[in-house]
Amino acid sequence: MFVFLSPSLSLFSSFFLCLINIKMRILVGVKRVVDYAVKIRVKPDKTGVITEGVQHSMNPFDEIALEEAVKLKEKKLATEVVAFSFGGPKSAEVLRTALAKGADKAIHVTVSDAEAAKAEPLHVAQALQKIVEQEKFDAVFVGKQAIDDDASQTAPLLAGLLDWPQALYASKVEDGGAGSLKVTREIDGGLDTIKVKLPAVLSADLRLNEPRYATLPNIMKAKKKPLKAIAAKELGIDLTPQTSVLEVAEPAQRKAGGFVADVSELIAKLKEKGLVKA
Amino acid sequence: MLARNLRSCSRLFSTSNKLASNGIDFELSAEQQELRTNIRKFVADEVIPVAAEYDRTMEYPWPIIKKAHELGYLIADIPEKYGGLELDMVSLCLISEEVAYGCSGIGTAMMANDLAQSPLILCANDDIKKRFLGRMVDEPLVASYAVTEPGAGSDVAGIKTKCEKKGDEYIINGSKMWITNAGHANWFFVLARSDPDPKAPAGKAFTAFAVEGDSAGLIRGRKEINMGQRCSDTRGITFEDVRVPAANIVGAPGEGFKVAMKTFDKTRPTVAALATGLAYRCLDVATQYSTERKAFGTEIYNHQGVSFLLAEMAINCELARLMTYKSGSEVDAGRPGSYYASIAKLFASEAANQAATNAVQVFGGAGFNTEYPAEKLMRDAKIFQIYEGTSQIQRMVIARQLLARVKQNGGY
Repeated sequence: MFVFLSPSLSLFSSFFLCLINIKMRILVGVKRVVDYAVKIRVKPDKTGVITEGVQHSMNPFDEIALEEAVKLKEKKLATEVVAFSFGGPKSAEVLRTALAKGADKAIHVTVSDAEAAKAEPLHVAQALQKIVEQEKFDAVFVGKQAIDDDASQTAPLLAGLLDWPQALYASKVEDGGAGSLKVTREIDGGLDTIKVKLPAVLSADLRLNEPRYATLPNIMKAKKKPLKAIAAKELGIDLTPQTSVLEVAEPAQRKAGGFVADVSELIAKLKEKGLVKA
Repeated sequence: MLARNLRSCSRLFSTSNKLASNGIDFELSAEQQELRTNIRKFVADEVIPVAAEYDRTMEYPWPIIKKAHELGYLIADIPEKYGGLELDMVSLCLISEEVAYGCSGIGTAMMANDLAQSPLILCANDDIKKRFLGRMVDEPLVASYAVTEPGAGSDVAGIKTKCEKKGDEYIINGSKMWITNAGHANWFFVLARSDPDPKAPAGKAFTAFAVEGDSAGLIRGRKEINMGQRCSDTRGITFEDVRVPAANIVGAPGEGFKVAMKTFDKTRPTVAALATGLAYRCLDVATQYSTERKAFGTEIYNHQGVSFLLAEMAINCELARLMTYKSGSEVDAGRPGSYYASIAKLFASEAANQAATNAVQVFGGAGFNTEYPAEKLMRDAKIFQIYEGTSQIQRMVIARQLLARVKQNGGY
């Protein structure tokens, strides 16, 4: 009898614990990027890539971060999920998508398209920091990187600015008990499991979950959810770039290879090119 | 109706952050764009990868129907009062177009529900709507529109299936043919002759019913093997003394013909949208192939003979889409839609067939082969010139209304 009871008791108590301790409000950063299926082309003047008339969508890693937050809300570990985007006017589109996929509210930190093109992870992290300080969040979820600049800096920069612990490249997120999250991270050597005390910053890796489709009823409901816009200037963020782009160029075209008749010819060619020692 | 009009007006205003509107707005609303983005992803992930296999096996696409229901795509046209989403017609066109881009057979299976539900939405009383539409919201079910008969397709007034009133019931006898979804339908919309006098005018001789699929005496035939859209389920059905309660009459007794016809004003735009989706698929696969395939030392796109075929396809795709959306927005504006619906349905069907034939042409020998996508598109396209009113019937509808208009206004 005791054997049967004890696991159920401990299960009950951990359930109780999470009810008491974790009632997170989660802020999720979602970025509007050129869609992953689009073939990227460089502008003729080499100042950037062509974004006009190109399909855009939510950064896939941010979609995973959002899905995780919504799942935590469904498991009653979170009370509210707020989507955040930093960008030009059209970033409102990805926020609407986020609302359709389960976010409760959305905050758009607006900049002009020209400013957005030059914005850096630090600016985004600063904007997130201001919003967190204003609205008291317990966790910030973002994608591990955006597929446009692949910087992978926003999460660690934000953790630094807020002086919060960070759990980067998460592939599994569980309740860690006592106001913490147990996070499994994919690292080169295998899996690394850590416990982070809330509040914390988390970045989502590819295998964390598979994002859902927005259902049609939820797309309709999203219209009625609040989407607030605040100018980055109002938050007091200095948008001066810290880097300057010298040139954006296409990757060099791969040249066609040559054929060799046999191994000895191959070795002779390699020696000729100095790729193996004579 | 007023509420609906107001809604479409406010939508028009809300879309434009431009200066004063010039009266014509070709942009979709933010919600419609969001809807399209989502359905596109659904089609790319769930429909396109399995379309060829369903075409080969001719199995009914239940897994996709179930997912589509889960996501709300099958209840989009049902009024909010009965648990649906009551989307505008243009949004319904977007759904049809995108699904047909992936597979028009699956699209037809999905949109056959729309066809069966429309007469109920338009003409049925509250009780029927609750009973028959409500269940479509709760469960992934399909329904059928059973009007066509072996001897009466375009000539709807020629249908022979009859019904006789006996007490509180009607007894239906006869047979129907080419009924989409008939093998799986939970219920049927049925048109039957209620006045045996052959001289009775069509507007008074027929009565429409909602008939339960498990009614005794309702016999479903074998699945017909069709040229295209092969996973969509098409069958004959036979009615042998099928008893239907009088409470299941859709509209007024004797006025079934009007009910059946009214439906087309609302469903032809979505059929036009299916054809448009198929035409765009042709354009995409043919253009893609033309940039890969080389002949005479260059990609075949660089040969004028090929690029002109593609240009023609693009022109017709754009025009078909414009007319389809216009026919949808006419319905949304609450105007009688049959004129524009017929123009859209006719033009999009012709565009789809021309695009499909030319897609096969661009693919050359590969276009004739089942390993490549073009031949399926060509087989799937043909039915658009036949179902929901043949291209010839559409021309009759257009000509008749054109004449009425000219008579009334003294000019177009």
